[in-house]
Amino acid sequence: MDRPAAIRLEVQGGRQIAFLTGSWTLVSLPESLAPLEAQIRELASADTLWNLEDLARIDSAGAVLLWRCWNRSWPADVCIPDAHRHVLERVERLPPAGSLPPPGTPHDSSLEWFGLKVLALLRHLRDAVTLIGALLLDIGWLLRHPREIPFREFSATLYKAGSLALPVTALVGFLIGVVLSYLSSLQLRLFGAETFIVNILGMSIIRELGPVLVAVLVAGRSGSAMTAQIGVMRVTEEIDALATMGVSRTLRLVLPKVAALAVAMPLLTVWCSAAGILGGLVSANLQLDLSWGFFMEALPRSVPLPNLWIGLSKGFVFGLLIGLIACHFGLRVKPNTESLSTKTTASVVTSITVVILVDAVFAIFTRSVGLPAV
Amino acid sequence: MSMLPVVDIQGVTTRFGDVVVHRDIDLVVHRGEMLGLVGGSGSGKTTLLREVVGLLRPTEGEVRLFGTPVLGASPIVQRDLRRRFGMLFQQGALFSALPVFDNIAFPLRELKRLDEEMIRELVWMKLAMVELDPSHGRLMPAELSGGMVKRVALARALALEPELLVLDEPTAGLDPDRGENFVKLVKTLQRELNFTVIMVTHDLDTLAGLANRVAALADQRVVAHGTLQEVMAVDHPFVHRFFGGVRAQAALERAG
Repeated sequence: MDRPAAIRLEVQGGRQIAFLTGSWTLVSLPESLAPLEAQIRELASADTLWNLEDLARIDSAGAVLLWRCWNRSWPADVCIPDAHRHVLERVERLPPAGSLPPPGTPHDSSLEWFGLKVLALLRHLRDAVTLIGALLLDIGWLLRHPREIPFREFSATLYKAGSLALPVTALVGFLIGVVLSYLSSLQLRLFGAETFIVNILGMSIIRELGPVLVAVLVAGRSGSAMTAQIGVMRVTEEIDALATMGVSRTLRLVLPKVAALAVAMPLLTVWCSAAGILGGLVSANLQLDLSWGFFMEALPRSVPLPNLWIGLSKGFVFGLLIGLIACHFGLRVKPNTESLSTKTTASVVTSITVVILVDAVFAIFTRSVGLPAV
Repeated sequence: MSMLPVVDIQGVTTRFGDVVVHRDIDLVVHRGEMLGLVGGSGSGKTTLLREVVGLLRPTEGEVRLFGTPVLGASPIVQRDLRRRFGMLFQQGALFSALPVFDNIAFPLRELKRLDEEMIRELVWMKLAMVELDPSHGRLMPAELSGGMVKRVALARALALEPELLVLDEPTAGLDPDRGENFVKLVKTLQRELNFTVIMVTHDLDTLAGLANRVAALADQRVVAHGTLQEVMAVDHPFVHRFFGGVRAQAALERAG
């Protein structure tokens, strides 16, 4: 290895001479620079003669250190070979520290911050409306040119977001059904109203829990995947490549995804609700000794058909929303990794929030629909 | 210690499944040399480079940098070894989430012993070395042109003043004028900073302009190694194809 950076002091003719020795490079400078720096500063203020002829090597780190301690100017007496001189000259040519404002956020006041947030929100809304408009135009165009319908992409998404989600939705639905049934039966038994377990399970699962559970799962599973996929295609310029081939990104990327989710979600909702009811049935059978036959017979009576339609239409609407939100955020990804991760997170969070908001709206508008006659 | 070769490739064999890429390759790069690796498409140039920097473990054999095995030492030794060389990736491989300044400052900050003021001056110096302005430091990698990406990547590779610079297709994707400028830049920096270079290239202008040693990879081994003139004199079909074409002759004449 190189010899470490050091200073040798000699006194010749009444003047102090500082010989810099060793190699003054990033690798061989001492771990802590402070003592060395203090020594040079002290020597610099004491009108020392500097001799750099014994210096083995100096790199920009050593030069910056030295220059800084020399207070950014050449000492009065310095003896330096040309090879080292030009390293120091490069430091000399650097613009002074204050010449560039530090890269920071130019908007400091909270009002400005708030205004920027509002503008960002408006841009979001504008882009969302543009996307929906483009999709509607695409649908209109496809109706006139049915040969252009992207069936292949549609079925691929249907398989990925629908079929492959069957096991996990069934498992989650079943377990929620078991837990719900168990907890309710404990309460119902207090009142001797065991048979009402059918009403509670049927209503809550078919009307509420099924669609919302599936929406949360699909948003986390497929929504994030869609955002990331479109986002990476933005980063790698694949979307631009599609555009140059005359392929509309909304038609080929967004529409099949949104349509497939709108089809897959109601089906998954039915599947998940069925699993939930099965779980509740098993639990009720074990806990309350409710016979399977009674349960099956009482279910249609206590949960009228409109509830199923409400569940299905919720599934459809949630599917549309998740697909739209996922693609919207995917198309907003900027070509860097940080943006990709923020937008994927934002996509999932927004999807789930919007689904729950819309679910509340559904609850308000359907408050008098599908309740069993008393 | 300084007598040890900078890069020492000893009996490296690489297999991917049944495909043999390298068969028992020996190659030595000494201090101050600028070695250009040439070879046809798929001859495993970049693979060899990845083995040199320790991104890929050879099936057999070993790569030593500065006398230390590039893989297999303790983590501390490995980290110190990796600080002694800088790599310029073909696409730049800049951290896309960080602005130019932070990209170059990253290896300096990793040392955890420099203060921010010193880091700033060092980054500005590196920017000046690659003929960029301190104000470019605020740009994001996505906002840079191809030539600027290469220069920023070079500045990052040089951030720790490495003894070895590894270049993967340094001028690929640059127009001839920019490519030539880049070659000049690396050459000037090499004279000033005195590092060793190992590079992969298929561009004859780059090769003739930069390399003072050439190794030709073909048929899974090094078929020629020496100065450009020595390599061109070797009687091998690949060498004839590579250096024999009209464009090759023109490039060599340009380089004098």
